[in-house]
Amino acid sequence: MKIVVAMSGGVDSSVAAALLAEQGHAVIGLSMQLYDQSDPNRSFGSCCTLDDLYDARRVATALNIPHYILNFERQFDEHVVSNFVREYTSGRTPLPCAHCNSDLKFATLLDRARGLGADAVATGHYARVERDESTGKVLLKRGADPAKDQSYFLFSLTQDQLARAVFPVGDRPKDVVREYARIHNLPVADKPDSQEICFILDNDYAAFVTARSPDTARAGAIVDESGRKLGGHDGIHHFTVGQRKGLGLGSSSTGTPLYVLALRPVDRHVVVGPKSSLDRTTLTASGVNWIVGEPTSPLRVSAQIRHRHRPAHCTVRSIGDGRAHVVFDAPQIAITPGQAVVFYQDDVVVGGGWIE
Amino acid sequence: MRVYFDYNATTPPSPEVVEAVARTTREQFGNASSIHHFGQQAKALLDEGRSAVAGLIGADLSEVVFTSGGTESDNFAIRGAAEALEPTGRRHLIASAIEHEAVLNTLRALARRGWRTTLLPVDQSGVASPDRLRELMTDDTALVSVMHANNEIGTIQPVADLARVAHERGALMHTDAVQSVGKIAVDVRALGVDLLSLSAHKFNGPKGAGALWIKRGTRMQPILTGGKHERNRRAGTENVPALAGMGVAARLASAKMGAEATRVGGLRDRLESGILRTVPGTVVNGTRGMRVPNTTNISFDHVEAESLLIALDLEGIAVSTGSACSSGTLEPSHVLRAMGFPPHRTQNSLRFSLGLYSTEAEVDRVIEVLPRLVEKLRGLTRKAVVAGG
Repeated sequence: MKIVVAMSGGVDSSVAAALLAEQGHAVIGLSMQLYDQSDPNRSFGSCCTLDDLYDARRVATALNIPHYILNFERQFDEHVVSNFVREYTSGRTPLPCAHCNSDLKFATLLDRARGLGADAVATGHYARVERDESTGKVLLKRGADPAKDQSYFLFSLTQDQLARAVFPVGDRPKDVVREYARIHNLPVADKPDSQEICFILDNDYAAFVTARSPDTARAGAIVDESGRKLGGHDGIHHFTVGQRKGLGLGSSSTGTPLYVLALRPVDRHVVVGPKSSLDRTTLTASGVNWIVGEPTSPLRVSAQIRHRHRPAHCTVRSIGDGRAHVVFDAPQIAITPGQAVVFYQDDVVVGGGWIE
Repeated sequence: MRVYFDYNATTPPSPEVVEAVARTTREQFGNASSIHHFGQQAKALLDEGRSAVAGLIGADLSEVVFTSGGTESDNFAIRGAAEALEPTGRRHLIASAIEHEAVLNTLRALARRGWRTTLLPVDQSGVASPDRLRELMTDDTALVSVMHANNEIGTIQPVADLARVAHERGALMHTDAVQSVGKIAVDVRALGVDLLSLSAHKFNGPKGAGALWIKRGTRMQPILTGGKHERNRRAGTENVPALAGMGVAARLASAKMGAEATRVGGLRDRLESGILRTVPGTVVNGTRGMRVPNTTNISFDHVEAESLLIALDLEGIAVSTGSACSSGTLEPSHVLRAMGFPPHRTQNSLRFSLGLYSTEAEVDRVIEVLPRLVEKLRGLTRKAVVAGG
């Protein structure tokens, strides 16, 4: 099979390319340049820097596969960065990696791959795809390494996209992947994992949002649940639901710590309160993607409301218009608008959507 | 069959050149500045090369300064002239908008140090106008730099007329002739310029060798300071093997000039008309009249050049667009932009540049493969447009 591998220069996608080449596929390495690299003084973040692109090229050379770098600056800005900034300015906490997967890697890049006559796009994600022979549908499953599982970031892939997705490292643990890179002398074997949002430098997303959207950096009030003003802030994009540090308030008069409960862009209020007020048992999601089809009756699933969240039992019901209502068996702390809620049955991703 | 149609990027060195570089490396390792036998041998090789290069451009050999290539020659020409003229109070530089980055970024660097810089526009066919230059000239213009042939579209600029205009106001005239030397007859006196850059690897010579022709009497400051090499104009131990190789390449180019230009021109025309005939929605960028015989630049409607270039490479056909950025991805062409083309047309064009070893069979192979690839890419583009609403 002719397969395009999205090569970031990291160890996972490098091993993905190596595995496919080893299996005898015709592998084409493509790397995405996501921002202007011409100004050496302009820092952008940790991913897809010139060094990363060169790493990808070195790996491709070691594997003796063709490698090209595509200029996706415009598309990345359109599909990922603009959305990221818009979400923060609307008082939500975005999840750019999911957009990058469904709107860039398995959209624009997949189109390019097909233009080159490739049947599929492979990435270094820790997730698995499996064809359900009885229904002919493609299932999305968690990666075999529970600590590295990235299925949460892939929930918005459609059947068409999943049918052309290949995750070569998804069925093995990370240390085995690294070991493979070492044994095969891949030049990136000891490269550290990327941790933060790739296009944000030093994890300072607030500075990034301020630079991109200066209007957002407008001061506002920090208020309690009754609307009483407790203090001020420099812009709601500095906050996320559940946040405790950086409020500049100390604790409430009763001495209990205060947490961000909600962000209100209209009056620029940051609403704070005690930890108990963060508990919610329901949420509504929009833009819901059902991997094998929309359920006609309520489903028992376990749901993850953020990447590192321990899945919680709940009942999810489609309420039409791409929306779904979720009722948890037990209260969940800090359900955060803008993040994804992803539904699982065992290891299988049933679907997911964006928390309203 | 692998087809190499990217001669404007670099050319395969002739066997005679490879042999000269290898032989010099092996047998003539001397430092050309040394007084002893080994140094004299190396010096003799440099003189031989210098005389060959001078012959190729109608110059006197004492006017040819060896450099590491086109970029250094352009830097030398502009920075060296600027520094020499600074005491005269001239603080203004003009270059055409379609120059190579070696010129444009050197101007930008000088602009950061207080020089005024002006870009001379080109028309839709990619040609700069002497009348327009006359409007931009001022009494403090130090230097005008306009390339002889453009690297992306191949157009030949009216350098002799532009030089006359520059001289009317007492400015120096530089031309980056990297893409014309070896392809067409270049005569520094006929061009009437003061400074001319050339590069060996563009005419089947080795990489890392080039020259700046400096008309006798032109005041220049060196940009590389050090020992007294190259008559105090360019310090640094000469790269004797590569420069000897450049000399061999220059002699070969001089000998084949007319006949080879006709042959390559015929191939280029066959390729160009073949593409225009077999691929709908194609158009040639730049004038088809005054241009170097080996180059054609063609826009493909509704195709991203980036994808087409990769698809062609996977078929074993190497072509290019004009510019690449630091990572090697494509950027919208500043040349096509300067010609007034809308954004989509600056990103859908490919450059085919042929040369010494190009054959009719290669041309026909490209014409055979291209329509299928373009059709495939267009099918996907149309689908994406529909899907995207």
